[in-house]
Parts: sequence; C-alpha cells; structure tokens
Amino acid sequence: MINMIDRQPILQMSGIYKSFPGVRALKGVDFRLFAGEVHALMGENGAGKSTLIKTLTGVYSVDEGKVLLDGKAIRPQSPQDAQEVGISTVYQEVNLCPNLTVAENIYIGREPRRFGIIQWKEMNKNASALLSERLSLHIDVSLPLQSYSVAIQQLIAIARALSISAKVLILDEPTSSLDRNEVQQLFAIMRKLKNEGLAILFVTHFLDQVYEISDRITILRNGEFVGESLADNLPRIELVSRMIGKELNLLEEMPKSQHEEHAESDDIWVEASNLGRTGAIEPFNLVIRRGEVVGLAGLLGSGRTEIARLFFGADRADQGKLKFAKSSEAIRSPRDAISQGIGFCPENRKIEGIIDDLSVRENIILALQATRGWFRTINRKRQDEIAEQYIGTLNINPPNPEHLVKNLSGGNQQKVILARWLLMQPELLILDEPTRGIDVGAKAEIQKLVMSLSKRGTSVLFISSELEEVLRVSGRIAVLRDRRLVKEIEGQDISPHHVMQAIAGG
Amino acid sequence: MNRIMKHHLFWPLTMLGALLLFNLFHSPDFFSIKMQGGHLYGNMIDILNFGAPLILVAVGMTLVIATKGIDLSVGSIVAIAGAMSCMTISKGEDQNSLSLVLMAVGLALVLSLVLGLWNGLLVTGAGIQPIIATLILMVAGRGIAQLITDGQIITLSSPKYAYIGTGSLATLPFSIFIVAVVFAAASLLTRKSALGLFIESVGTNPQASRLAGIRSNIVIVAVYMFCGLCAGIAGLLLSSNVSSADGNNAGLWYELDAILAVVIGGTSLNGGRFYLSGTLVGALMIQTLSTTIYSVGIAPEITLVVKAFVVLAVCLIQSESFRKAVIRRWKTRHYPGEKEVTRHA
Repeated sequence: MINMIDRQPILQMSGIYKSFPGVRALKGVDFRLFAGEVHALMGENGAGKSTLIKTLTGVYSVDEGKVLLDGKAIRPQSPQDAQEVGISTVYQEVNLCPNLTVAENIYIGREPRRFGIIQWKEMNKNASALLSERLSLHIDVSLPLQSYSVAIQQLIAIARALSISAKVLILDEPTSSLDRNEVQQLFAIMRKLKNEGLAILFVTHFLDQVYEISDRITILRNGEFVGESLADNLPRIELVSRMIGKELNLLEEMPKSQHEEHAESDDIWVEASNLGRTGAIEPFNLVIRRGEVVGLAGLLGSGRTEIARLFFGADRADQGKLKFAKSSEAIRSPRDAISQGIGFCPENRKIEGIIDDLSVRENIILALQATRGWFRTINRKRQDEIAEQYIGTLNINPPNPEHLVKNLSGGNQQKVILARWLLMQPELLILDEPTRGIDVGAKAEIQKLVMSLSKRGTSVLFISSELEEVLRVSGRIAVLRDRRLVKEIEGQDISPHHVMQAIAGG
Repeated sequence: MNRIMKHHLFWPLTMLGALLLFNLFHSPDFFSIKMQGGHLYGNMIDILNFGAPLILVAVGMTLVIATKGIDLSVGSIVAIAGAMSCMTISKGEDQNSLSLVLMAVGLALVLSLVLGLWNGLLVTGAGIQPIIATLILMVAGRGIAQLITDGQIITLSSPKYAYIGTGSLATLPFSIFIVAVVFAAASLLTRKSALGLFIESVGTNPQASRLAGIRSNIVIVAVYMFCGLCAGIAGLLLSSNVSSADGNNAGLWYELDAILAVVIGGTSLNGGRFYLSGTLVGALMIQTLSTTIYSVGIAPEITLVVKAFVVLAVCLIQSESFRKAVIRRWKTRHYPGEKEVTRHA
C-alpha cells in the first residue's frame, strides 16, 4: 500500500458546522479522503453522517467550515454542482428512473448527439462498454432498469457516477438491500475502482463489511468528530465503543437464551393454510401462537416480505386462507387486518410507512384515527398525550410532536411507525426489517421491545436480513428459499448452523 | 418577524394588500362604501359579491388538490348546474313559485354531486389520472349543458331565483352569506372531523395511508363530490345573477382561476397540506385584480395580458428560491469586496 501520510488528501473537510432549526447537526467535523482508498464513515443515528454527506453533495450548504477538493475550495450548491466537480453519490434507495432503459439511465441528460439527434446505438454501445469494462457487468442495456435486481440497479447507479468522471464516490448504505453474493460482487467492484485511484466514501451499519472492505475509518458521534484511524489499527470493540459511547455492552447483554423466556402457549392465534399468491409466494402453512415471536429467515427475495404482506392484506392471496381463532372473517385489505388486531411495519418505510408531510403526532395517531372513522375524533389534548408518551418510551428524537416526520432520521422514522402500531395494541405485530439502516443502539432497543411485547402476549412476526438478529429474538424460525417456506426450526434446534443450512438447502 | 414571514398566509396577504394599496393610490375612493336604499355599495362589496363563485369553486378545488388530484371540470359543472336550474324553472307554470325555485336548486345540486361522484369514481375505481379523468367532463360538460338547454340561452323572469345572486340580506349581498356558510362548513368538516387529516395523508402518501387503514378511495370520492357541489352552487349564483343559463360561456375558464387561487393560497399541487384560508385570500386577490383592471381602465383587448403579468409577478414573489436568488444578487451588488463563491468546472 502507498504510504498515505505523504500524500495530500483528495478531499479535505475541516471545521464543518451545520445547524437546523433546533438541532446542531454538525459541530466542527473534520474529514479527509485519499485517492485509492475505501473510507468508512461510522456513527449512530443522529451522529451526522447523512448531514455530512449532504453538505458534501450540495444538498445542504455548510454554515461554517472549508471543503477542499484537490486543494481547491469548493462549495457545491446542488447535487449537480457536486457531480460537476467530481463528487458522485449512490444512495441506499436507488434514485434512477425504473422505466427507462439501463443506457438511458446512465446517460440521461448527457445523451450522445449528432446534429441534435440522440445517437441511440452509440449510447447503448458506450453503456455496454462502460458496464463490462469498469464493472465486469455484462447485461442488455436496452432493457428497462426495473427488469434488473436492486443489486444490479445499484451497480448501474455507480456506472452512471463513473461516467461523469467521479473523483470521489459516495456509497450511502449500498449493501442494506443486497444478499451475501451481491455484496461480494459489489466489494469486488469497489476494490477494482479503488485500485484505479478512485476515492470511495462508504457508509454502512454492517461491522463485518466495514472491516472487510475499508482501509480507513472515521467515527462521528452526536455531530462531533470522534476520531480517524486505519481500519487495521482499530479493534472492533473500540470502534463500537467510540460510536455509541458508554452503552457499549447493550448488545452483548442481550441474553442469547431468550427463547426460553417466551410465554409458552399452545393457544393458536392465526393459522395460514395453503396460503399463497402466484408469482409472489408458493402456498404455505404457518401457525402463529399467542405471544410467540416467529422469525422469517431467508435471502432477499425469498418470499419473506410476501408472507408478511399476505398476513396484513396488503396483497391479496389468490389461494388458501387465513384462519383466526376468534373469528371467521377473511382479510381482503389492510383495514380488515387492522380490525383483526394486526399491525405492520413495512420494509420500505419511506414509501409505505411514514406520511412525510405530516407531523410526528399525526403519524402516530393515524391508524387509530382511521379505525375510528371521520367523526369520532381523538381530541387534541389526548393526541398530544399519546405523542408525548411514545416519544418518551421509544426515545424519538427530536422530542417534538409537531416536528415533520420527513425531517427525522431513518431510525426515528421507524420508531414513529412502531409507535403508530403500538398505540393500536395489536395482537400480532408484523415487523419487516425493523432495524434496517438504523444504528446498533436503536437496534438493541427494538429487539428488547419485541421481547417485552411477546411477554405481554402479543405475537410478533419478525423479518430481518440479519440472521443473528432473527436468531436472537425468535422462538420459532420459518426458513424460506426461492419463494417457498422450506422448514420450520423451533426451540433448542435454533442455531446459526441449522438455519444457514436450511437457507442454503441441499 | 421571521415567524410572521414563515406563516402560510404572509405572502398571499401581502400580495392582496399591495394590490389594494395600489388601488387606493390610483383612485382614493376605492374603499368608500355607500349606503343606498338599504344596501351597501362600493368596490369592496363588489369584490366580495363577484368573487363569491370563484371562492366557492376554489374551496372545493383546494380539497381535491390536497389529495394530489385536480378537477378541470368545475367550469363545466358551473354551466350544467345553471342550465339545470334554469331549465326546471322555465318549464314551470309560475316561474316565481318558491317550491319550483327550491326544486330547481335541489335538482341542480344533486346533479352536481352526481357529476362529482362520476369524477371520483373515474379517479379511484378506474384509476385514471385526475387531470385526464376530469378533462372528460370538462369537454363533455359543455355539451351536456347545451343538451339540457336545447342549445338555447334560457332567460328567466323569476325574482325569487334572482335573489340567490342579486338579493341582499342585512344590507349585504346574499351571495356573501352563501360563501360564508360553505367556507365555514368546509373548515369545520376538515378541521373538526378527521377528514382533513385523511385528505392530507392520502395526498402525501396514498400507499402508506392504505397500509395505515385509511379508506383512501372513499376520501377521494367524497372530495370530488364536495368539489362538484361547490361548483354547482357557484353555477346557481352565476346563472341567478343574470337570470339566464348559457351552456357555452357560463363558468368558462373558472377551473384555471380556481387552481390559481389555490396555488397562490399556499397549497401545493403535489398534494398534502392544504390551506382553505389561503385559498380564500388567493381568490379574493384574483377578483381584486380583475376589478382593478377594469377600474384602472385598461383596454379590454389587453386585460388578459396584464392579468397574466401580475399573476407571474405574484408567483415569482411567492417562490422561495426566486426570493433567495434576488436577495443574493442584491447583496453581492452592495458588497463588491466580498467575492461571490467560485465554482470549479
């Protein structure tokens, strides 16, 4: 490796301050990035990672501080500005146009033209060449983007960034919706690009991935710069403790033998028999007992979310049925499911969870008000009490019920949706990736919450891409592979080895 | 100060104030109100009176726009409602009989509700984009109005029907009371029941609203029906004003003025948060502008151009990014020592 001390960083941010009404998001943060390195930016929710990246990409302007790119001061006013000077970002949620072709997505706004006419052939050829040469990706670029998986779409987003000649590439949570193989594919490409001299800023919550790919780590906490270190010189335990301060042992304290504490009951609450939906999930049988935590394990796209959506009526089943112990009504819509006592925190909280122009208070009371109809309103005083109560118990930050939900961090938005369903006192709570994209501390809080719900007799259907999390909270695990429920593992049989074997099959 | 400027009514009210101020300088008696034969007369009263139909249509439009929809058919509904009531009355023996007038009004309003229901069902049931769904009735509605009146302009001699648009109550035009009642009803319905919350929720994020258990289709249909009803009432006012129904020209271009009033009032075309009070101010501003153009004596052939320029100015001043750009320009001009931030290509 080249000795980095001798070199000038390609990007240097120093003393960055940024405030929002009521919040000081960045308090004098320093950050530097060298060409040819992968640099992980680590921190909990509200540490200032997103804000720092947004000031760099021109989404926010800095209040104070200097940003030097190649030794020259820059102050991008918009993502386009940032892209022009060579800073490109690929976000967690791919922000390309799903119904345009791959080539169009890469060259949109910069199509090769001759006499004002777009040269489609040339564009497709360039796109193919770019993808195969720089990313070793051989795909048909004339198909619409949506015909490819999220992983491929992400690579296409990277290709677009590269084609605008990026010097600095920011990857914001790129791996959170990828499975293991896809992550490896992405990492191979990151290594290749790094060796070609690109500077990569990498944000993720997966510690394994940080150590696998990063050369250097910068840690932020509460908007402050905590430290920068070479990855090799920073033991895991130290990284975590610097990220979350004194609450280091929160995760370790979670007893591994939680399953035994589950309220053992044979009281069946709901039973899916032969439930299925063509193209989404093969017919399956699944029983959920009162107070039981059932985990769904499987790779991305294995049918976990599809099962959750069938239970909640978000998608209509076209075969089989759900049998409730207490009533014989069928579930045709989320409304039906809610009246049966089911709550659902969806995987994609920005699109299906929060109502972003409404306040925290309004978002929390929404489902309750919906069941009460137009005229049985919850009076304002009661609404405020409810909001205050859940802001307190779930630790929603900032603790202001009138704050618009869109201005909250991802983890806090998740808590708001949780609050919405806890308020309904559901008998079955479906949590689809409740901890995705949120930090270690908040993750532990949510896991604890699942435990306490289960103790109080609420059943939970728990879905997570993090196997270890599913293992920790579930009393029973249903394993899915290729849109089929293949195995149920219960009690003492639950072990990483067992579950992995079932997921892998064979 | 900053908090006042952030209030959603600040810019609409400022614009309205500026327009009124201009009138004050141009004709000092603009604000004078005279009492004549038990009625109040004056420019301000006229603005309220003639602005009444626009306010009504704009109130309904506000709720539709809040659900991320739009209703282009309101102008046609105005014409149809007018045609329906005038036709009913003209068929009667005694045009001035109260029961006949009430029946005509009732029929016209029921028809407006049905037309609103039609729009709502096209949007929710058939899943047609609102702009196209309501375009159908916008185009077909003129034809329907002509069908009802048999292609003729119907004229009435019914003082009781004329009272709706020209009568006065407690020295004020009766139309002002109609507007007050509809506006109050809309405010109460949206702010005292949960309907407002549901409208904003559906308009902001229909998918998430569905998963939260809101029956968004019912909310949307209700809103289009309310919008149709508002347009129907406006149609009664307009036709009663001239005691005639003209299927071709009644309510022509009302949809555009109404949308403009909503936008000036601060409700975004992207749906979500809505401001009925803003819409009220916006509609009043548009009416004041029309009155001003007449009272200043601008040649009739260029009134539309003048109106367009004022509207453009209003929209620019309301645009936050435009204001910021102007302020930045202005500042850099005054402090030449401070270089503008350089951008690197």
